[in-house]
Amino acid sequence: MADPEIKSYEPHHESLSAAVTESRQVKAVLMAIAFAFLAVFLLLPLIVVFHEALAKGIGAYTEALSNPDTRSAIRLTLLVAVISVPLNVIFGISAAWAIAKFEFKGKAFLTTLIDLPFSVSPVISGLVYVLLFGAQGLLGEWLKAHGIQILFAVPGIVLATVFVTFPFVARELIPLMQEQGNGDEEAALSLGANGWQTFWHVTLPNVKWGLLYGVLLCNARAMGEFGAVSVVSGHIRGLTNTMPLHVEILYNEYNAVGAFAVASLLASLALVTLVLKTLLEMRYGAEIAATRGH
Amino acid sequence: MEVRVVNVRKEFERFPALHDVSLDIRSGELIALLGPSGSGKTTLLRLIAGLERPTKGAIFFGDEDASQKSIQERNVGFVFQHYALFRHMTVADNIGFGLKVRHGAARPSASEIRRRASELLDLVQLSGLEKRYPAQLSGGQRQRVALARAMAIEPKVLLLDEPFGALDAQVRRELRRWLREIHDATGHTTVFVTHDQEEALELADRVVVMSQGRIEQVGSADEIYDMPNSPFVYSFIGESSSLPVKVDNGEIWLADRPIGLPASNAASGEALLYFRPHDVELLDGCSGCIAGTVAASRRVAGTRRVELEIGGERQRVEIELPVDHPAAQKSRVAFRPRRWKLFPAS
Repeated sequence: MADPEIKSYEPHHESLSAAVTESRQVKAVLMAIAFAFLAVFLLLPLIVVFHEALAKGIGAYTEALSNPDTRSAIRLTLLVAVISVPLNVIFGISAAWAIAKFEFKGKAFLTTLIDLPFSVSPVISGLVYVLLFGAQGLLGEWLKAHGIQILFAVPGIVLATVFVTFPFVARELIPLMQEQGNGDEEAALSLGANGWQTFWHVTLPNVKWGLLYGVLLCNARAMGEFGAVSVVSGHIRGLTNTMPLHVEILYNEYNAVGAFAVASLLASLALVTLVLKTLLEMRYGAEIAATRGH
Repeated sequence: MEVRVVNVRKEFERFPALHDVSLDIRSGELIALLGPSGSGKTTLLRLIAGLERPTKGAIFFGDEDASQKSIQERNVGFVFQHYALFRHMTVADNIGFGLKVRHGAARPSASEIRRRASELLDLVQLSGLEKRYPAQLSGGQRQRVALARAMAIEPKVLLLDEPFGALDAQVRRELRRWLREIHDATGHTTVFVTHDQEEALELADRVVVMSQGRIEQVGSADEIYDMPNSPFVYSFIGESSSLPVKVDNGEIWLADRPIGLPASNAASGEALLYFRPHDVELLDGCSGCIAGTVAASRRVAGTRRVELEIGGERQRVEIELPVDHPAAQKSRVAFRPRRWKLFPAS
């Protein structure tokens, strides 16, 4: 796990001159600290997750995963991701397009607002939804009258997830689009393309790797979110438990194998995301370099 | 297609970039917008293209008012300074893009688009590079692809923004000649923006000299160079020297001496005398001439440039002498401008 992270930073090191390079001993100490830190705080827990999950053998592991409640937690997590990721892709592209390509009042405010979910504790964002949609909440009465269930149901979980994963796509695209400027779009328009054709044939291909990268991070967070979802879900087994919530429940019931089996799935998701992210960084880095060469 | 710019004003966030500019571009003409940065030349080009809307005034394509039309409707070919080629498309796809995005019957078949792209590649002398990507081309090649792409839509007007700005000197000269050939072959009305006077004077049928959001002068290379109509054009195009003089009695006076130049049409009073350093006549004696002490002399290509200190106020002017002219060694030189112009002292 430590390896790919460090590799991706390697190109920057080449530009360092001898004058700013530390002595051998200092280098060794710094690297030892970094590796030891990663080993203790990241690698070790990861190994423990898989070790605990498989402690009673592969049979117990698969059995834990085929538990109906676990299955429904996996299904719910996938469903939430499938809904919230596309929503944030649409939002992210619109926001990035607006911020990068137009001048308008309140642009700085919008940029700051997009970062809000990063600075607010997820529990708070969950609570906000409770205050809004809960039985005693602002819209609670109206929702009840119309028979719409948001809290302690899938819509609430999706809303909370969308809120928390809001910034990922937008933040990835904004600097990229800003750097690329309007030149390609102007060229497309001058050649007679309409707005949609320009977006589809020119803008989107120009940002596709950045977009994929954002989607990946967004998806990882959507599946892994605990705090906000925990507040709005109600923890109904088999109904409103996502994977992270289910892990907690199983663990509190001393079902170590079950808890760690589900945790191992989430950890695998993290690993896959990391590998894809590294691959993308390699690919996307080249793409950015090509952009600059223009 | 004839293009008329009529009293166009353009402001960016209340900052004026163009003040009341009018310009007639003749059909089939190759015209240059020349000026220093900030003179409004690119803004004018973008207004003609429809990439910007004028704050006031109108732009006509033929008899049609184009100013309210979108850039798509105007059907102009625009070549961007940094090419703006679509980097994820091959050269052929770049050139064919304008045809591919057409709708319905206007859209040629895929094979027809391919054929047209190859044809245009032949025209810009890049045959066989259909499958390359922009990143695999040199700067000069990219610029040619950009031009081919702009011409693919059979534009009414071809607009080029600093087309050779990002290229090195050698390639610039080649492409300049080549653009002239393409223009003569296709006959498109062509407007290009440049800050390089050599490029403008050499390439264009007419040059529009711009400064601070205004058109200073429009004319052929000869007119612009030989008959500049403002101090700005005098100093911006080519070399020029200027001297503060007085006009009195239909004659030009330097300090208290007449310099032998008639000024029958000029108003009496303070004025500025402009002339070209190479356009002077050397004199032996000095009754009715400008005389000065040689302050510096340097060799510039095939001539010698001499800096003279004139009069008590130590005004400096430059004149050009033949390399082997004895006057260059003298400490005092007397001359009279052959061609000159007076402007009111500001």
